[in-house]
Amino acid sequence: MKVWVPCDAAAVACGADEVAAAIASAAGLRGETIEIIRNGTRGMIWLEPLVEVERDGVRHGFGPMTPEDAPALFEGGDQPKALGPVEEIPFFASQTRLTFARCGRTDPLSLADYEANEGWQGLKRALELGGAQTIEEVTTSGLRGRGGAGFPTGIKWKTVAGAEAPQKYIVCNADEGDSGSFADRMLMEGDPFCLIEGMAIAGLAVGATKGFIYVRSEYPHAIRTLNAAIKAARAAAIIGDSLMGQGPAFDLEVRVGAGAYICGEETSLLNSLEGKRGMVRAKPPLPALEGAFGRPTVVNNVLSLAAVPWIMTHGGAAYAEFGLGRSRGTIPIQIAGNVKHGGLFETGFGMSLGTLVNEIGGGTASGRPFKAVQVGGPLGAYHGPDDFDLPVCYEAFADQGGLVGHAGFVVHDDSADMLALARYAMEFCAIESCGKCTPCRIGAVRGIETLDRVAAGDPAAIELLHELCEVMEKGSLCAMGGFTPYPVRSAIRLFPQEFSLSMEAAE
Amino acid sequence: MTEDDRLAAILADHAGREGALLPILHDVQAAYGCVPADCYQPIADALRLSRAEVAGVVSFYHDFRDAPAGKHVIKLCRAEACQSMGGTEMIARLEHALGMKVGETKGDVTLEAVYCLGLCACAPAAMVGDQLVGRASTERIEALVAEVSA
Repeated sequence: MKVWVPCDAAAVACGADEVAAAIASAAGLRGETIEIIRNGTRGMIWLEPLVEVERDGVRHGFGPMTPEDAPALFEGGDQPKALGPVEEIPFFASQTRLTFARCGRTDPLSLADYEANEGWQGLKRALELGGAQTIEEVTTSGLRGRGGAGFPTGIKWKTVAGAEAPQKYIVCNADEGDSGSFADRMLMEGDPFCLIEGMAIAGLAVGATKGFIYVRSEYPHAIRTLNAAIKAARAAAIIGDSLMGQGPAFDLEVRVGAGAYICGEETSLLNSLEGKRGMVRAKPPLPALEGAFGRPTVVNNVLSLAAVPWIMTHGGAAYAEFGLGRSRGTIPIQIAGNVKHGGLFETGFGMSLGTLVNEIGGGTASGRPFKAVQVGGPLGAYHGPDDFDLPVCYEAFADQGGLVGHAGFVVHDDSADMLALARYAMEFCAIESCGKCTPCRIGAVRGIETLDRVAAGDPAAIELLHELCEVMEKGSLCAMGGFTPYPVRSAIRLFPQEFSLSMEAAE
Repeated sequence: MTEDDRLAAILADHAGREGALLPILHDVQAAYGCVPADCYQPIADALRLSRAEVAGVVSFYHDFRDAPAGKHVIKLCRAEACQSMGGTEMIARLEHALGMKVGETKGDVTLEAVYCLGLCACAPAAMVGDQLVGRASTERIEALVAEVSA
């Protein structure tokens, strides 16, 4: 009997290791021979640990499992944790899984599994086509940076490809620090070869022979999995001195961050990679021309690079068929916070915010009324029910003073204290600012003080806060200070009474 | 092996590596439990940096400590997703139960804030030593603390 128990950090945090041990011991007691495969997660985190058992070639799900539930897997009859065929669960069945097609299905570190599921097909095609045509395919796909900025990937690659230099680099930004975001972590833990393949294709396309994956230190599981996967890919001669024995050299190295949110900003990340303080660099020069160690560098997010193998395997045009407007392809949406069905949901751009929160997410976990959803991490705006018609795409959210960012959606119920959340946004900026520019470094501290004045009922403070937000937005060097006003202003706009009640009370 | 030899071995491990300072500091912290100020000058010499540059990098990153943490480090996520599931109240209750504040070390235990462990769909989240905790509760973390302290 084949049994899958996820090794994803979220599943492990919910007890997957204990469940795996209990299943092994229950099988041992009954004298059953089983094979336990530690897969990635299917992304249905509310069901984790989600165990799968193969019956007649179909994988049936059970979850959320506890060690006490293990013996029942071997007994016939109705089981309270049975979910039926796992791929027929509506949350899973209604997705368009391109980037995450393998995640949860395969053993993340099995090269055989990877190859049997379209693995390395994209790289093979890139090797046949060569760099210039590979960049054409990526350009045709319409892929834009999934890290949040949404810059067209093909254009970035073309710039690096066109730069003359003795050394170029591919840098994968795996410093996923936004609250509500975990897709990068899931992919690195659940399908690391996909990222390796995407980076190899990028290296081939632009003429880079070295790649770095800069992972935040808060992700020890992902770091271990990536290191093991790189070692395996190198041993199989897929990367290393020559890509698949026929292409140019390309090797990879994992670099571990040291607890600094700002290093998710690409120029800070590059400074950190070089062994410096993670401080923002002014642009220009663009990292594409003067990036890591002063050399032309592709800096892409995990999800951007992991989208590339599918694009190369199926063609850029096929990828571009999904999406809305200038937001092409799929977006791995992360639904989190106070939501019934939290997890990862990959779909073409264009799903409405309301559908996402109410139907896919199933409403709040607490069962209390929905209040607001913060989209795009700690720098993203809060949205209320009035925005439920907004389609998830870069332009629509930008038009509403918000951002899709890395597509993390954090749901809050009616118990959320918006003044406290606005204050937290400023506090987070003060803690994590790199300190390079004044609006961010000092503005965030003044923001905390001003919100405290609002809370204390100072009638002049709100106006001052608006001016401060304006200075931070217009005057900051990067998104840290520039977007911190988003959650603050949107909270005030959506829930003015929570900011003015305290003022009235004082009057 | 003397302290100096340990540091020399770490520096030798990273000789010639591009941008080696962060990997070196991680190794130093793994070996010593913190990055002692005595190490700044030898590291600076090895990388042809000034002592001030090394000190500046150490102080910039939240991970690097100037004194070792308690034997048991409890990291509690303060970010929005965890807040939405009662994380703030949970932290307050734990602080009360342990008689200490986030950022403090008392006896064997260090309580720290962390800003996202990527467990936002099973919030609130924490990390006790190496062990990740999803759907965390005050009771579960207290039980884990008792377990590791025993």
